[in-house]
Amino acid sequence: MNWEPLFLTFKLAFITTIILLLVSIPLSYWLAFSKSKIKPIIETLVSMPLVLPPTVLGFYLLIAFSPSNSFGKWLDEWLGLRLVFSFEGLVFASVIYSLPFMVHPIQSGFSNLSKSLLEASYMLGKSKSITLVKVLLPNIKSSLLTGIVLAFAHTIGEFGVVLMIGGNMPGVTKVASIAIYDEVESLNYAAANSYSLILFALTFSILLLVYMVNGGYLKRFWK
Amino acid sequence: MIKINIQKKLNSTAGKMLLDFQTEIEQGQFVTIYGKSGAGKTSTLRILAGLLKPDFGRISIHGNVLLDFSQKINLPPQKRKIGFVFQDYALFPNMTIFENLSFALHKNQSKKILDELIEIMEIGALKNQKPDRLSGGQQQRVAVARALVQKPELLLLDEPLSALDEEMRNKIQKYILQVHREFNLTTILISHDLAEVLKMSDQVLVLEEGKIIRSGNPISIFSENKKDERFYISGEIVRLEKRDSILVLTILIGKDIAKMEVNGTENNTLNLGDKVVITSSNFNPIIKKAPMM
Repeated sequence: MNWEPLFLTFKLAFITTIILLLVSIPLSYWLAFSKSKIKPIIETLVSMPLVLPPTVLGFYLLIAFSPSNSFGKWLDEWLGLRLVFSFEGLVFASVIYSLPFMVHPIQSGFSNLSKSLLEASYMLGKSKSITLVKVLLPNIKSSLLTGIVLAFAHTIGEFGVVLMIGGNMPGVTKVASIAIYDEVESLNYAAANSYSLILFALTFSILLLVYMVNGGYLKRFWK
Repeated sequence: MIKINIQKKLNSTAGKMLLDFQTEIEQGQFVTIYGKSGAGKTSTLRILAGLLKPDFGRISIHGNVLLDFSQKINLPPQKRKIGFVFQDYALFPNMTIFENLSFALHKNQSKKILDELIEIMEIGALKNQKPDRLSGGQQQRVAVARALVQKPELLLLDEPLSALDEEMRNKIQKYILQVHREFNLTTILISHDLAEVLKMSDQVLVLEEGKIIRSGNPISIFSENKKDERFYISGEIVRLEKRDSILVLTILIGKDIAKMEVNGTENNTLNLGDKVVITSSNFNPIIKKAPMM
């Protein structure tokens, strides 16, 4: 069995999750506490990947990043970035596609905190960034964990958007979900089954772990 | 001297209202803001703290300007040197009590103040606990201690005692008065409890629909209309029995129940559930020392 698609899947999910975490903390903070008029528009944009067929997203990204278009050309010439049919392109598309899965839990974590925690920290002379790191984030640990795991698992489960923008290049963009499709197409059910089984078992264990941690089962167990 | 002159339009539950708050407070005074809910008490405190922006006004503490619309000054809460105790205490759940207190230290501040506050508020035994393990009264003491770590010039207490039972309330009142004196603080407390206002404050500001309608020392304020030197007790009729021409009333006064008999023909307008005022003359009442609790 070829392990490459599985390795690629987890590499993609790992990098995507890290980028998403860095992007989503400030974005969720803004969404939770801002009173700006453009907030509903940003909220809608963040949630779009939930309802939009992944192929729509993949299609537009493909058009935008194609080197035959001006934006794609600019990226190619100035930054040396070719985002179609490349691993970087997959990461970019995955970040957009899994954004709501990271943003929503963190945003609701922030919103559910009592506002007086934030204000108490300000009254003690602490800046917004210190308040975020020392007071807010430690108190939404379970939301962060939920966001990380959902984004990770969702990236593993990607298919449409990956196929559109990444294609099916072994070792570069051929992730496990596409490999399964590929094997089924060529009637190689045994290989498809082993990929599927591994994905099933791994995602099951990851989600189980989260529910156990967030439900406090592990704490009870340790005691 | 703290000079406050602020205006803000507020949307309260009772509709729109203009908060127009002007007063001067001497250093070292203990001031209570007394009034019904929705009168603008909390908004006033939040404006002082910098957590809410007024529409217009000026605030200065001992000559330092915190807010001045004409000069476009509006210091953020971080720079106001004000201690604030929130109604829900707002202790940080992720930190132990000691961490909550030491978080409040500013850079290069000596930790000596922590020991001092822990001793005064008697929270030494709780040092390593997380806030969710503490009772309301204990959390309250920690919240007051934390607000004092930075030695603020002004301490604001947003109705901090309303959720506590009476015994705990008396205890915390003592602690607050003690730190008020020891740290030479100027303190503003929100309260709608008359006994608390009388006990704690040097000066009371009665707030109604966003305006200070009376101010002065509490005893004179609350006995203003009592020139005839009688005293009044208010209560509620919880039971009413007619016996011939006599009416036997059971009246709830605070937490006590009193049975009284009155002339039924003269008092035929009294009904069950009525709020009543019992008047007695000041001449020769029976007054005894209460047994020690």
